[in-house]
Amino acid sequence: MEKQVVLKTNCIGKYFYDPVKFKVLDNISFEAYKGEFLTLVGKSGSGKSTLLYILSTMDTDYEGELFIDNEKITGQNLNKLAAIRNKNIGFIFQFHYLLPEFSCLKNVMIPALKLGKFTHDEVEHQAYQKLEMLGITDQALKPASKLSGGQQQRVAIARALINNPKIIMCDEPTGNLDSKNTQIVFDIFQQIAHEFHQTIIAVTHDNDFAMASDRTIELADGKIINLDLKQ
Amino acid sequence: MKSVNTEIALTHILTRKRQTIVASFGVAIGIAIYICLNTLMIGTNRYSDNAIFKTTPHIRVYKEDEISQPLSKDTLNKNTTIVIVNPKISNISKNLINPVKLLNDIKKQDQVTSAASMVTTNLFYNNGKSQLNGVGWGINITEADAMFDIQSTMVVGDLRALSNTPNGIIIGVGIANKLNIQLNDNISVISSVGIIKLMKVVGFFKSSNAVTDKSKSYMNLATAQQLLGQGPNYVTDIYVKIKNPEDAPQYADVLSKLTGYTTEDWKAANELFVAGKKIRAVMFMFISWAILLVAAFGIYNILNMTVSQKLNDIAILKANGFSGSDVVKIFVMEAMVMGIIGTIIGFLLALLIVTLLSKIYIGADIGYFPIAFELSVSMTGVAVGLLVTFFAGYIPARKASKVDPVAIFRK
Repeated sequence: MEKQVVLKTNCIGKYFYDPVKFKVLDNISFEAYKGEFLTLVGKSGSGKSTLLYILSTMDTDYEGELFIDNEKITGQNLNKLAAIRNKNIGFIFQFHYLLPEFSCLKNVMIPALKLGKFTHDEVEHQAYQKLEMLGITDQALKPASKLSGGQQQRVAIARALINNPKIIMCDEPTGNLDSKNTQIVFDIFQQIAHEFHQTIIAVTHDNDFAMASDRTIELADGKIINLDLKQ
Repeated sequence: MKSVNTEIALTHILTRKRQTIVASFGVAIGIAIYICLNTLMIGTNRYSDNAIFKTTPHIRVYKEDEISQPLSKDTLNKNTTIVIVNPKISNISKNLINPVKLLNDIKKQDQVTSAASMVTTNLFYNNGKSQLNGVGWGINITEADAMFDIQSTMVVGDLRALSNTPNGIIIGVGIANKLNIQLNDNISVISSVGIIKLMKVVGFFKSSNAVTDKSKSYMNLATAQQLLGQGPNYVTDIYVKIKNPEDAPQYADVLSKLTGYTTEDWKAANELFVAGKKIRAVMFMFISWAILLVAAFGIYNILNMTVSQKLNDIAILKANGFSGSDVVKIFVMEAMVMGIIGTIIGFLLALLIVTLLSKIYIGADIGYFPIAFELSVSMTGVAVGLLVTFFAGYIPARKASKVDPVAIFRK
């Protein structure tokens, strides 16, 4: 089967200016494919999180070019970028980042309501499906702040999946979880990538987690030193 | 269907009910005071305008005193003798020429609602040995009553009694008190040209001005003409009432050109009053705006705090595809909900206060609080309140829209 490129970077570089000018990313070029479970590893300060935020389209201050789904992202205006994120990218963070005033169900629904493709009832139905897939249907109507860490992370995954994005980006998705929950999240990621053919790009410093993924890119001092660590 | 932005805004508001209520109440009080102050100001202005128009016409047409000129101005011709005269008021009659035609011409003007001819003269009122000086107004009863509503100021007797009593006189209550005059007493009146007439008091009036009450009297036009030793064609003033008193200064010029006589509008005749009115307006405006602004700062403050506390949430929304303008909409909507709740409460509160105020008795002359409730003023208050709320919400909302999610997530 020929690999289909979902995300591509071309010579991405980035500087930090505070306290002194410093090159955090240098000449980053790689491709991510459809249905691939990709992890980014590297020591603290290697620039892996910085790279993820550039890939996420939230950071626009870089040089080089970024393509998502063959569309050039670099240079688009902020509103267009927000729409692209809404439709094509799902996010999972280390510290879950749910909206505390809303129920879990609403948290999951919000990106889909923003997309506006389906009616409120349809979105609610889809959100229940995602929660069911993650095994937390019974928590749906509780406020997000009342859940345990592992449950919150699963709600966040459901939220990332709700619009069936092409790419799901994760920043230390298991960094805050115990081994049991880490395993659950890992299994879900496998399922997303291999059954639903969505691409996962995860930044992690958990080597076991990285080694179990499809491919691991290693960064050091802002450069890619290994495009596939397992080979 | 509710938009997701609305849903988020409403959830934020519902989870902080107390702050919402406090902010709304600030707006409510601001709006209520704004409406009440303006209502009171309009009422007061209307009351004092009316008081003024009971004694002052909108426009007065009269013949100005002339300063006498040197008899000869021909200084170049050496053969003539130069006569120098000290300039002073010339002794020319103040009569308006052909007053009947003049009055009719003025009455025909579009702007003019009524006009009245007058003869005013300085008088001495005598009762026994006591004497008091004052001013007599010779009037045509129907014309003058239409203009000044004299009937409403009568405390004893009837204005119409003048018409069947040729030598009748209506005096101010101040004169009656000082000279100890009863109704139907006869008093003798001496005019400035020395003519004495015996007159019958057919009524007392009481205006809102004590000085007027101690000096002024009304009599028939003919009587006043006789007191000055003049015939029925002698008229010194024509008083004009126009549709909109605010136009008086401009229209006075028009009338002056039309008649060829001097005109004086009520604003020029009452400069102090007009100045007082202006100062009052500025003062009321300052107070009402200050209160509205304070309310706006309340909303600003609460939203600013909300934004600072919700930096995380804003970053999440942005990561999930909400644009800067969505974030602005969410927070402006929160401000507007507080503003709208506050405005509705404020409007009702204003209605209540205005109703209560209009039932408070403050004095014999004014009676109840002069309240003029005008919907247009209330609507202005409401519009201003909403506008101020909008900006109070917009500033923190813009700050929220500029939140950089990367900076938040990296912490």
